[in-house]
Amino acid sequence: MAGARDREVTIRSATFTYANLVPFLAFALFPFYFMLITSLKSNAELYNLKSIPFLVQTGVIADHYQYLFQRTEFLTWMKNSLIISVVATSASLAIAILAGYSLARLRYRGVASFGTAVFVTYLVPPTLLFLPLSQVVVWLGISDTIWALIVTYPTFLVPFCTWLLMGYFRTVPREVEECALVDGASRMQTLIRIVLPMAVPGIVCAALFSFTLCWNEFIYALTFVSQSANKTAVVGVTADLIRGDIYYWGSLMAGAVLASVPIVAVYVFFLDYYVSGLTAGAVKG
Amino acid sequence: MAVGPRALEVTGLHVPGRLARAREWWEQEHVFGYGLIVPALLLLTCLVAYPFGMAIYFSLSDYWVGSPGGFVGLANYRDILANDVFRQTIQNSFVFTGIALTLKTVLGVWLALLLARDMRFKRLIRGAVLLPWVIPTALSTLGWWWMFDSLYSVVNWTAIRLGILSPPGPNWLGQSAYAMAAVITVNVWRGLPFFAITVLAGLVSIPREFHEAAEVDGAGPWGRFWHVTLPLLRPVLAVVILFSTIFTFSDFNIVYVLTRGGPVNMTHLFATLAYQIGLNGGNLGQGAAISLFLFPLLGAVVFLQLRYIRKE
Repeated sequence: MAGARDREVTIRSATFTYANLVPFLAFALFPFYFMLITSLKSNAELYNLKSIPFLVQTGVIADHYQYLFQRTEFLTWMKNSLIISVVATSASLAIAILAGYSLARLRYRGVASFGTAVFVTYLVPPTLLFLPLSQVVVWLGISDTIWALIVTYPTFLVPFCTWLLMGYFRTVPREVEECALVDGASRMQTLIRIVLPMAVPGIVCAALFSFTLCWNEFIYALTFVSQSANKTAVVGVTADLIRGDIYYWGSLMAGAVLASVPIVAVYVFFLDYYVSGLTAGAVKG
Repeated sequence: MAVGPRALEVTGLHVPGRLARAREWWEQEHVFGYGLIVPALLLLTCLVAYPFGMAIYFSLSDYWVGSPGGFVGLANYRDILANDVFRQTIQNSFVFTGIALTLKTVLGVWLALLLARDMRFKRLIRGAVLLPWVIPTALSTLGWWWMFDSLYSVVNWTAIRLGILSPPGPNWLGQSAYAMAAVITVNVWRGLPFFAITVLAGLVSIPREFHEAAEVDGAGPWGRFWHVTLPLLRPVLAVVILFSTIFTFSDFNIVYVLTRGGPVNMTHLFATLAYQIGLNGGNLGQGAAISLFLFPLLGAVVFLQLRYIRKE
């Protein structure tokens, strides 16, 4: 009797949970479904007001994707994005590991104010600085090249990674480090051989977020680069695929889907890192 | 031949000594500490602090792309404050941020409460919920742009079939109130996962005993939420809301892709207006002045965050 009633309560509770989650899931996922569907439809169906927009009724086609590869610089944009994201992420990680360790572990005059300074720059939105930075990039002679982005992306990656890594470095027990120092290891050896291996989850997390932030960045990439061959995937698709006529939605959505694929792939493999990084670092939302 | 041994002797005696001393110096905690932080400080000084100083200088000068002008004092600020488009932008920013933040907070807490319940496919569901936050915003906004198309809008198509709207439905991006609603919708869509997942982490850290104690005291689900869960969530919520305030207020991607600030400037935010005037128009002085209006808000949030973190 009691068992049956318990089960009934459990079922009712589960039904309640799922029924309330469905609208949220539909809201979150529908735009992606719709982008994908649009990229696979023929123009005749896309621009037919009588067709049902949710379905592909006249057959799935790859024309829009073919158009991307054959008639646009899409592959160049993807290559640019990849180079920029990898280089900017690696450089920022190296700088942030040093700074994060210094701020989390070492005691010296001014360490607290440096920590505050890093935190404050972490909160500065890129939209506040894009105008002066566009001039800095011109003075450095790297305007309109992918270097303009490789050099400027660390301005938001380093504060973020430093902040995230500080938390991870603090979890490494001090005694382990002190043992290594007593045994005659130098401070740099201790950092590289003892502390870094113990902070690997934090470093992976920082690398994943940095890569994502680089790949998704928009305003700097839009402002500092105007030559189509040097654009990133996000800006190339957003700015260069829109043509004069109205019949571009298929290829535009194909570009948006394909340019998101690398991030989705990384995300699917490392979901748990994203969740833990998001909650640990309170990443820019 | 005669020099050889002496040179060896010299290096043998002095260089290791110097090396050892350098090493000893480098091994001191404060020297090592400063040494490790120098690259980061250098970067942040040259590419954040210095550009920030430049932004202030630009805003006080008659600076156009390609022609550095002279100092003009507060003329740029006077001009933009007298400008109707700028005043409209201030109003837009507050409406946009106020409504979007409220929706993200309420829906985010609700979604977090649902995600915290026992269920199957927990990981899959969380992964799906977080997706809008991971995909490049500019690209997913292209999808929303298509969904709000004036002729082929799937939103209108569905709402008309369901009998919510009468045909032909609104021209979402062409009418000011609807355009603002569209921009807010996309911002909520993209920001909700951040709220939900962060609040969820806060929820998970609340010990079960609190709920059990409240239940024993006869509190219903609503009472437990209002008197136990919500007060315990306050620290997490405060941090998330402060964070999101900055990044909602300074949003660029969504408005730029969806409306370009239109129709007739009714959805411009500070960042999009600064882009239009500073880069498209070439008036860097006024553009910088506009983007600096983000600064008082940034200052306030930084102040609150620091005070809050100190307290913790």
